[in-house]
Amino acid sequence: MSGDLTELYQQVILDHNKRPRNRGRLPTATRVAHGDNPTCGDQCSVYVRLDGDRIAEISFDGAGCAISQASASLMTTQVKGKTATEVKGLYDAFHHIVTTGEAPAEISDLAAFAGVHAFPARIKCATLGWHAVLNALNGDAVPATTETRAD
Amino acid sequence: MPSVPDLRRDFPALHQQVNGRPLAYLDNAATTQKPRAVIDAIVGFYERDNSNVHRGLHALSMRATRAYEGARERVARFIGAADAAEVVFTRGTTESVNLVARGLAATLKPGDVILATEMEHHSNLLPWQQAARRSGAELRLVPVTGADAEGGLDSAALATLLTPAVKVFAFTHGSNTLGTVNPAAELCARARAVGAVTVLDAAQTVGHGAFDVRQLGADFTAFSGHKMCGPTGIGVLYGRRELLDRLEPDETGGGMVAQAGFTESRWKPAPERHEAGTPHVAGAIGLAAACDYLEAAGREAIAAHDAALARLAFDQLAQLPGIRLLGPRGPRGGLVSFAFADVHAHDVVTLADEDGIALRGGHHCNQPLMRKLGLASTTRASFYLYNTEEEVARMVASLRRVLRFFGVA
Repeated sequence: MSGDLTELYQQVILDHNKRPRNRGRLPTATRVAHGDNPTCGDQCSVYVRLDGDRIAEISFDGAGCAISQASASLMTTQVKGKTATEVKGLYDAFHHIVTTGEAPAEISDLAAFAGVHAFPARIKCATLGWHAVLNALNGDAVPATTETRAD
Repeated sequence: MPSVPDLRRDFPALHQQVNGRPLAYLDNAATTQKPRAVIDAIVGFYERDNSNVHRGLHALSMRATRAYEGARERVARFIGAADAAEVVFTRGTTESVNLVARGLAATLKPGDVILATEMEHHSNLLPWQQAARRSGAELRLVPVTGADAEGGLDSAALATLLTPAVKVFAFTHGSNTLGTVNPAAELCARARAVGAVTVLDAAQTVGHGAFDVRQLGADFTAFSGHKMCGPTGIGVLYGRRELLDRLEPDETGGGMVAQAGFTESRWKPAPERHEAGTPHVAGAIGLAAACDYLEAAGREAIAAHDAALARLAFDQLAQLPGIRLLGPRGPRGGLVSFAFADVHAHDVVTLADEDGIALRGGHHCNQPLMRKLGLASTTRASFYLYNTEEEVARMVASLRRVLRFFGVA
């Protein structure tokens, strides 16, 4: 296995793919958004219960490649308790990581996705869950699609 | 067919390392590699004869016109057309189907039925959805049978669906997702019996074996050059002469007009009628060279070679844990399509690429069928005349590694 590939499929990613966190529908959700990636058929629904302006509970559901599902799983563990503005800040940091491969020192688990930058076709997989959660927080009624948004 | 090692020497792109391993190119249903003869034909045109066709009287223009019309005649012979005028050059299968679908839509009305099948590539489905929307005709689909679509088209359902209301029956000759090869001659005959015009998507078959439009009896046939050793950007719409001459042109402009006035114009007959603007001259010349190449290699032999590799791959893949193989259990076209319960096709393709093996993962432009089969995507290996048994073995070994990597086996 080459360096690039070991970087792409980090242990953290394989673990989240095999044992996804916060998976399934959230019956108490106050916001729901669905994301899809038409080019590969990956899907991700994100369910959020807000308490004031903070995420009290979150879950996701979907089907797709290891990168998309692990990223959505990890995302749910990172955004709980955060406000929409804070989540956007995290997404921006994550986006920087997957597009450049550079991870700031203070970012921990999300840095596992740094290897994605060597596989440009997979960036959309990694950002799918994030698009969905941002849409849920914005209250967008339309599905998030990786085709109409900048990565 | 010449020996595979001999054939492989003709294809420059095959001789390269990918991720430190020799390339095993198994994505031929998407596009095939090009032999030196095709590349040389295209370069030769641009280096010597490059000029616009038809309207010129100078030496280069006459040479270019001769080469372009010669290519049309070459392609006509390759598919058994009665007349070179029955060959319209397009950008590819998609444009060919759109051209005929738009033209036929103008002849349809509410109450008419357009019949297609559940195994159509988007390019032979969406244009018919548009034609139905535009004309008020109804689009109906012949179902695919079996949990893994192993039963092919439902022949009994087809019998019920084929009523005199059916004006068009559009179907694929070879499925790019399942490996099914439909009995095109029989299906065309059944459609003809109710007076329907037949449109055959032959993208996966024209370059993969013997092919004769008159024996098949299709009124229209669409295919692409790049899936048969030719260049991208060139394809064909074959149509029976009297139908092509009646079909309303989809695009208008230079080259297709018989008499142009300020407010009204009259069109030329086929094929010019359907070729507005400067055509892809070099592409047509490249496609003709591909026809020469495939004929010399032996079309029956190519079909047998592809089918044998697909059989070998199918039987070996069937032994992998948790695999689901799509399409016919018996004879099939030169591809296999499969899904693992716990590993997504895109992860499979990324990891196989690490071993130098080019596969394709996704819905293969067949989303409604995938949904029906309960799949988001499959991995596909598709073979051509230059592929080897060793490449099949490498693929299977690579897939075993993929399964181990994800802890499945």
